Amino acid sequence: MPPVITVEHLRKVYGRHVVAVDDISFAVERGEIFGLLGSNGAGKTTTVECVQGLRTPTAGTVRVLGEDPHAHAGALRGRMGCQLQESRLPDHMRVWEALDLFASLTPGAKDWRDLLEQWGLAEKRSASFSSLSGGQRQRLFIALALVSDPEVVFLDEMTTGLDPAARRIAWDLIEKIRDRGTTVVLVTHFMDEAERLCDRVAVVDRGVIIALDTPRGLVVRYDPLEQVVFSAPDQDVEWLMSVPGARSVTRRGPRVIVEGTGPLVAYVGAALVERGLTPDDLRVIEPSLEDVFLQLTGHLVED
Amino acid sequence: MGGPRGGIRVLLKLAWIELKLFLREPTTLVFTFAFPVVLLFVLGEVFGNQPGGTDERVFAGIGAMNYYVPAYIAVVAMSVGVIMLPARLTGYRAGGVLRRFQASLVPVWAVLGSQVLAALVLSVVGSVLVAAFGAVFYPVHFPDALAQLAAVFLVTSAAFAGIGTLLGAVMPSTRAAQGAGLMLFFVMLFLGGAGPPTAVMSDTMKRIGDFLPLTYAVDALQAAWNSTGWDTTGLIVLAAIAIVTGWLSLRVYRWG
Repeated sequence: MPPVITVEHLRKVYGRHVVAVDDISFAVERGEIFGLLGSNGAGKTTTVECVQGLRTPTAGTVRVLGEDPHAHAGALRGRMGCQLQESRLPDHMRVWEALDLFASLTPGAKDWRDLLEQWGLAEKRSASFSSLSGGQRQRLFIALALVSDPEVVFLDEMTTGLDPAARRIAWDLIEKIRDRGTTVVLVTHFMDEAERLCDRVAVVDRGVIIALDTPRGLVVRYDPLEQVVFSAPDQDVEWLMSVPGARSVTRRGPRVIVEGTGPLVAYVGAALVERGLTPDDLRVIEPSLEDVFLQLTGHLVED
Repeated sequence: MGGPRGGIRVLLKLAWIELKLFLREPTTLVFTFAFPVVLLFVLGEVFGNQPGGTDERVFAGIGAMNYYVPAYIAVVAMSVGVIMLPARLTGYRAGGVLRRFQASLVPVWAVLGSQVLAALVLSVVGSVLVAAFGAVFYPVHFPDALAQLAAVFLVTSAAFAGIGTLLGAVMPSTRAAQGAGLMLFFVMLFLGGAGPPTAVMSDTMKRIGDFLPLTYAVDALQAAWNSTGWDTTGLIVLAAIAIVTGWLSLRVYRWG
């Protein structure tokens, strides 16, 4: 099956010198959640805006469902749904009016009343946009993006500004979209979000993709070290360096951190028992996407 | 959406929503509908509507209210056009409402057209209020040539809506749009024939007035209201403003 989206050597320069996207290529397969991960200003939003046809690329080619989104926008009407970063509706517009309006843009759109139910907006049906909470607004925007029953949806920083509980609800909702067979392009600067949701992640930094793989694949490839942590006050633990796979042993107060590869925890555990030590807080810290990101870009995402 | 017919459906839906949104904003509602009536009330109480006498020269021998009622119909159209429209459009741009429309492939002409259509409906309502006020409280002459009046009103409305959409397209922020709109509104109100009539204006005031769209709208609407024939110059100027501003608006329109 051909990819839903192909981007080849995309480049976008604002004005004369501001290179927002330098050279980006990727393909999104049908039915996956594809993540564009990067810090603010890395070029993620510009990339998706070019893919959505909202901006004209300086160079390169973009195809969505086989069409050029800029030249043949009409052909993609209703087949593509967008939830935009920093978007609003008129303050006094009611929830049902927005859904009704956006549904009217596509013939054969879904019945928006079902979406009201699905996205938990039924009781907010007649509420004005300005009275909605951050989470409710996001749900409304997702509902608007889905009202045309699109084949692909773009979600740009959709959990920014949400509290932890609302973020978790939003994540469940995104998985629900994918489970219906819709391809999802997710733009985010949250590592945990990308790790939890994405089938594949493109790490974007300074206008180029510096890595592209499954979250697990990225971790294995770029930062395979895991940590085994336990408490062992007043004991010399340097001997743990001789455990198979161990690369380093560090002590932080009462806590000992062994870093290394392979089934490290099994060897460390066995070695500790052998020496008569049975710490009750022995645990493994798996490397996360955040570690990978740091390794790859040399800076934290919030920078 | 499928071609222009679907586009028109969207335009009508947008215009309808715009009207509902307008009704939910009390300040705009009061300014647009009550302000012209209040001014008209003040003028009516001061000048009455007796043709002849000292007013003979000042109000072209037709009575002050026969002079001012059509003038304030023009003011209503101006208020909707230069104050409400630019604030609305720039507010939508700043808030990302326009980008939302763009992402859903709403055509530019449907966005602007819906604003113009809503503005037209509001101008009609405001004008009916102005006319009704004049008719109820003063013996204002009732226009014989209603078709002519409607035609002139349409051109007037289109001209001010065009100016409004152009302001909305070029102004960088809502605040700038509101400032520019209010300044235009009051300059035109006082120098365009809705304050002191042309007959009592100094030459300088008249010369400034010649550059103000309201002057032509007041003249054209007075001629239609009082059945003194077609004001061709006024109509040509207003139509030209409508066409040029409309064309420019579509050209310089920005989504975000």
